[in-house]
Amino acid sequence: MPVEIDIDHVARLARLELTQEEKDRLRAQLGLILEHAAKVSEVAAGDVPPTAYAIPRSNVLRLDEVEPSLSRDDVLSNAPETEDHRFKVPRIVEME
Amino acid sequence: MRPSLADLTANELAARIRSGETSSAEITEACLARIESVEGRVKAFLTPTADLAREQASRADELIVTGRATPVSGIPLALKDVLTTRGIRTTCGSKILEHFVPPYDCTPWRRLSDGGSVLLGKTNCDEFAMGSSTENSAFGPVHNPWDLDTVPGGSSGGSAAAVAAGEVIWALGTDTGGSVRQPASLCGVVGLKPTYGLVSRYGLIAFASSLDTVGTFTRSVRDAATLLSAIAGKDPMDATSLDQPPRDFTQGLDQPIAGLRVGVVKEAFGEGVESGVRSRVQEAIDRLSDLGASVGEASLPHADYALSAYYLIAPSEASSNLARYDGVRYGLRVEGTDSVDMMTKTRGAGFGQEVKRRLMLGTYALSAGYYEAYYGQAQKVRTLMIRDYEEAFAAFDVLVSPTSPTTAFKIGAKVDDPMAMYLNDVFTIPANLAGVPAVSVPCGLDEAGLPVGFQLTAPVLGESVLLRAANALEREVGFTARPPLVASLS
Repeated sequence: MPVEIDIDHVARLARLELTQEEKDRLRAQLGLILEHAAKVSEVAAGDVPPTAYAIPRSNVLRLDEVEPSLSRDDVLSNAPETEDHRFKVPRIVEME
Repeated sequence: MRPSLADLTANELAARIRSGETSSAEITEACLARIESVEGRVKAFLTPTADLAREQASRADELIVTGRATPVSGIPLALKDVLTTRGIRTTCGSKILEHFVPPYDCTPWRRLSDGGSVLLGKTNCDEFAMGSSTENSAFGPVHNPWDLDTVPGGSSGGSAAAVAAGEVIWALGTDTGGSVRQPASLCGVVGLKPTYGLVSRYGLIAFASSLDTVGTFTRSVRDAATLLSAIAGKDPMDATSLDQPPRDFTQGLDQPIAGLRVGVVKEAFGEGVESGVRSRVQEAIDRLSDLGASVGEASLPHADYALSAYYLIAPSEASSNLARYDGVRYGLRVEGTDSVDMMTKTRGAGFGQEVKRRLMLGTYALSAGYYEAYYGQAQKVRTLMIRDYEEAFAAFDVLVSPTSPTTAFKIGAKVDDPMAMYLNDVFTIPANLAGVPAVSVPCGLDEAGLPVGFQLTAPVLGESVLLRAANALEREVGFTARPPLVASLS
């Protein structure tokens, strides 16, 4: 059975503005895709450990040496808006 | 067909360069001429770099003359547009990065460019590498040189089509669920996905980090070995890159394969596999027997579940990776009433339909109350898939199957049916889940004259045996057909 999804809630979590048409289409399509995807629970028994990386590595360390990094101007050159060498964003905190 | 340097392999060209018969400048001009005559119909490139290529070609010719040439020196290359190039626009096929100019090179291109490689341009792809047809690019589809009404496959469709059409000699792509092997199959070229971590992901703009690999498109298996040798090896900039020393993967390529144990994956011959694909692949298996390989039936019992697991794991990782496109540090910004409104509007306007679909899918799969049922279970299936391969490789040296259930399909045929589109990758996804290397080699044409790809898979870091088997098969099959578009040039 297709899975029922609260599209508005998920879109809010994903910070994604969707038109009504997109919501209707996604609700139907995601329901079908998830119905297929739910097959994973048919075989994944409790005693099977999960794998996050096929070739696991742990504690990958390097020497703590000072090396050249990207220049500030290069990094800021792609920003939509900057001011005094900083990224500029719309107001975050409500003011009186 | 007028013979052109653009139709030779990199190894053939390197030999001619060494003997002084030709130069990088001449080869580069041959490719630029080919681009001039076919690119208007193929549309493989998003950002051509002809001026840069001419500069790099003359630098390469200096390296060659002064005896400092490497096997990649002077050979024209294209890069999928998810690989960063310093100072050259890198879009990921997305409106959200339409004007993004990276401040650094990805490691594979850094290594190639240090070796004297010549960049002809950045190639079109599905947006953020999400797709199997290159129709999800925000900048329009790529056309398969074998039949311009069909797709080149995806997501690295531009790189595959450019190599097939002789616009470049070889190219890099990325393979997260089949995005090198499937387009290689549909375009009649060799597509190699190495072991996860063998090639650095530094500068590969992330889609699904635990699955993403950089792979190669070439017109011969030997070229794939050469190109892999140039880009593989440990990189301190990627913590998941493996501690592997530099290696020459062309070593031992021509050794015979008599006695090689070849397992035919029985799950890959079910319904949905076109008859033309089935016939060519069966004939290729017979060729391997002719060469003395011992062919038997292999099984990957959980392969049926791999697709489901993939469409939970990849979108989940993508929903996290693509959170960075928030209109603050780079890319598109759409103004809003506050920061969150700005982000929400930016992402709504900047992402296309397939990316939105996967971000919603991944966000849902990771959300409170559903995480265990979807993402957690999918990761267990990944464990089962790895065990399947371990068991199969206890009995076989390589596994074989079709690369894709179909040959190239018409542009537009599957765009409204995501599940039908996702099924293109049913035979390629298991290798990504298990991190094992796999390669697609052309093995003939179907009744419609479209290429069929033959997939070989080897254990983790089994590139040598993989390429040796692929090389033997390639020689035995003798696939020399070229796309009608190229054959008709005069």
